[in-house]
Amino acid sequence: MKMLPRLLASAALVAGLALPAAAQDDPFQVGFIYVGSPGDYGWTYEHDQGRLAVEEHFGDAVETVFLENVPEGADAERAITQMILGGADMIFTTSFGFGEATNAVAAQFPDVYFEHATGYMREHPNVSTYNARFYEGRAVLGHIAGHMTESNIIGYIGSYPIPEVIQGINSAFLHAREVNPDVEIRVVWTYTWFDPAVEADAAQALIDAGVDVLMQHTDSTAPQTVAQEAGIISFGQASDMIQFAPRPRVASIIDNWAPYYIRRVGEAMEGTWEQSDIWEGIDTGMVVIGEMTDAIPEDVRASAQAMIDAIAAGEYHPFTGPINRQDGSVWLADGEVADDGTLAGLNFYVEGITGEIPN
Amino acid sequence: MIRLEKRPQPSRFWVVGAPVLAVLLTMIAGGIMFAALGKNPVEAIRIIFWDPLFSERFAGFSRPQLLVKAGPLILIAIGLSLGFRAGIWNIGAEGQYIVGALFGAAFGLAFWPSEHPLIFPGMIAAGLLGGFLWAMIPALLRVYARTNEILVSLLLVYVAEALLASAATGWLRNPEGSGFPGSRNLARNPGTDNPELIAGTGMHWGVLAAFVAVIAAYVIFSRHILGYQIRLAGEAPRAARFAGVNAGRLVILCLGASGALAGAAGLFEVAGPAGRISIDFNVGYGFTAIIVAFLGRLNPIGILLAGLLMALTFIGGELAQLMLGIPAAAIQAFQGMLLFFLLALDVLANYRFRWKREVAA
Amino acid sequence: MIIDPVTLIVALITVATPVLLAAIGELVVEKSGVLNLGVEGMMIMGAVCGFIVAHETGSVAMAFVAGMGGAMALALVFAVLTQVLMANQVASGLALTLFGLGLAALLGSGYSGLPVPVASRPFPEALQAIPVAGPILFSHSVLVYVAIALVGAVWFVLARTRAGLVIRAVGENHDAAHALGYKVVRIRFATILFGGACAGLGGAFLSVVRVQNWFDGMTAGAGWIALALVVFASWKAGRVLLGAWLFGGIAALQLRLQAAEVGVPVALLDASPYLVTIIVLVIISSDRRRAALNAPAALGRAFHAAS
Repeated sequence: MKMLPRLLASAALVAGLALPAAAQDDPFQVGFIYVGSPGDYGWTYEHDQGRLAVEEHFGDAVETVFLENVPEGADAERAITQMILGGADMIFTTSFGFGEATNAVAAQFPDVYFEHATGYMREHPNVSTYNARFYEGRAVLGHIAGHMTESNIIGYIGSYPIPEVIQGINSAFLHAREVNPDVEIRVVWTYTWFDPAVEADAAQALIDAGVDVLMQHTDSTAPQTVAQEAGIISFGQASDMIQFAPRPRVASIIDNWAPYYIRRVGEAMEGTWEQSDIWEGIDTGMVVIGEMTDAIPEDVRASAQAMIDAIAAGEYHPFTGPINRQDGSVWLADGEVADDGTLAGLNFYVEGITGEIPN
Repeated sequence: MIRLEKRPQPSRFWVVGAPVLAVLLTMIAGGIMFAALGKNPVEAIRIIFWDPLFSERFAGFSRPQLLVKAGPLILIAIGLSLGFRAGIWNIGAEGQYIVGALFGAAFGLAFWPSEHPLIFPGMIAAGLLGGFLWAMIPALLRVYARTNEILVSLLLVYVAEALLASAATGWLRNPEGSGFPGSRNLARNPGTDNPELIAGTGMHWGVLAAFVAVIAAYVIFSRHILGYQIRLAGEAPRAARFAGVNAGRLVILCLGASGALAGAAGLFEVAGPAGRISIDFNVGYGFTAIIVAFLGRLNPIGILLAGLLMALTFIGGELAQLMLGIPAAAIQAFQGMLLFFLLALDVLANYRFRWKREVAA
Repeated sequence: MIIDPVTLIVALITVATPVLLAAIGELVVEKSGVLNLGVEGMMIMGAVCGFIVAHETGSVAMAFVAGMGGAMALALVFAVLTQVLMANQVASGLALTLFGLGLAALLGSGYSGLPVPVASRPFPEALQAIPVAGPILFSHSVLVYVAIALVGAVWFVLARTRAGLVIRAVGENHDAAHALGYKVVRIRFATILFGGACAGLGGAFLSVVRVQNWFDGMTAGAGWIALALVVFASWKAGRVLLGAWLFGGIAALQLRLQAAEVGVPVALLDASPYLVTIIVLVIISSDRRRAALNAPAALGRAFHAAS
């Protein structure tokens, strides 16, 4: 990477006078800010796969850089700014906690494109947010879980009690209940996204409580190992975790950012990029259900596939009424579909879940 | 064979020369590591140590960031140095940092969206108080129940983290944040903001407080009876007792002061650079500050320099990741090496190498 | 729903093992008067070296040896810094953690998700099938028994042997020990390396047996808990075991209480292992009239032979 040619351009950027990024004849540089390391084999790993897909798709026209293990707050703001001073024309910040920093830097660099994952703040025209409808995938997993549980207790390892996790719990439970009226769900909160030992302990605690189907919303594969030893079934999370197939991992919910990253980088290079608030799911392939193994009975695989197809075609929304809140009050009337605003900030359980959301 | 001989006085030359030599050796050892990773070692070293300060492209931004990063480290390390000199081990500054931030943020949010000029001073007081109270738990337990303060202060970090998570997802959550975790942004309200005082310098109230703390600690250690008592308690606890030093009072004083400063650092961070309470608000300043304190030989001026050096390697390390694609892990290992060399070469200041024939023992 | 005590006990023994291994090693180090805060760094080196070797050789035994070796290499750096070059122990230990975390991540890149052999369990199925006693006593992997045996061995050596006497003498007053002709530096080298081996074994248990995978930063603070346990135990071997089981027990219990949907705030449950450990220590230490802190007198102080 040559320093001199960029020098003027970035100095101009600071002054807010930059030429359109596409006018430069050097490669379009895309920067990624990671909250963890691609070595986590989960959340950050999948974002890094997206980055590699961008590199492969555009070849020499695009250059990517990334910073890993970036803490929130002042450190993120600095990391993003230095990335831009280093020549980045577009920035993906891949964790909720980077929202403030992304918007703060975006204000100073109006000609750089910003994409913030899983957030909601778009204070400047050059900031977009994007997120995946993980709850769509959870619905499919819940459907499979409801069919396959024999103890009628499903276990769920939660990280923090935030809307995204609560959506997943509700969605999984609703669709398990739909096919199995006796099913219950038990949730254990780890208060961490990543701590293999604690995740393993949480899995064991759930198994000891009678759970025979395990779901997780934390990042490591440790629960899969415990599920394997206990002889129960589980689902891969964030990445495919295919090495645990065909059992305990019978299916998985994969975050697939590659198509979106390629699309947005392309738009930015052509100058057709516009601010957007993307929340995509199975339909565009942002959420993918990993291979359903033979451990799942054939008819269940078929019905699960039917649900995937219906969601992909837009014929079915996992949160379609009648659905009551946990306290019995009506949330969605018959046929009513949850609006995105309520879903994005979801902070209550649906009827039938017996636990309480901590706060 | 070579033997070490203790110098009667630390060598003036090596007190300055050893750190310089350590940095040079780190450049060589680190350069070898970077070369082994297939990166240009000369460029890597230049980017880490030179570019954040002097590169035309980055320095304008990075130089002020040095203060933003070093400020909390120095502020916390100064507080810790009081106790460390007296043999009082506060390993839990990270927890006091969190609780200070929570207290300060809670105070500011309680009066939201008032812009009254007394809000920010109130937040500072609350931050100091929060850190102080959190440190009082190990202090009082040490004095009245003879419980080891290393254990209590360390474990309270985890308790503080649980408190932080529940604050971010519960009682301090932004009511207008549509259910997402995290508090309101304190830095966006003139009443609660800890602003950059002089544009383009990175200087905020917390950095200023760090400088004041350095000066105050310098005065205490060199002029004040308290400094004498602290040193005496650390070096000769029995003598200190005979000299009338109240050991319990000293524990409360040292832990309280270090807790309060860590709490203040947390408040300045949450009201300024970080902006708000979030689940992962704390990023390890409390632990890194322990290294800074010792790297600075528990001396206020030393701590100032050590804090700046650590901040430089953080910022330069980031640039090296960015510009050369060096993995973060290699930067971490590089920082470890730098610390090893700095600590190891301290020997030159205090000892003399002597060739000696092995005498039959 | 009630909590099954048998599975709880089985779980707590497993949960406690990595920290128990690391703590018993650190106890010996501290008994000799050295404070090594680098346990976390040594554990993660043990985790990565153990995992790599387990994958490459297919041998769990080799993995444990490698885990010990990797961590001992790091411990050696610490020993040279603090014993030969008189570097400050607290700072050197913290630097060791920083360096270890970085180096382990470098070594382990590309190894996440690769398969490793399953560690065998020494007792036959028939014994494991005995109600209550079977799962509690006979269902664990071999390192669990090693850890407990190690506690006994360390207790015996420290309390009943000449070697233990020497280690304690060095830790209490290195100048006097030196005057008596003991090789202070050499003894401390040995204990530091032993501490490294134990921490490495704990790390290897985590990656090879417990999680069967490698991730950056996977020890996630276990080394710090081990350090706290040594203090908790007042530098007594038997109490390290109790402390590890108490801590592991509360950690396992709080997750089960969550699963049982008891109405206790989760943040409080999450913090409960730390709170209970503190409270128990307060009760223990205020119970004694004297010498409650019980730390080796020379702990953390540099030794330099004047002659």
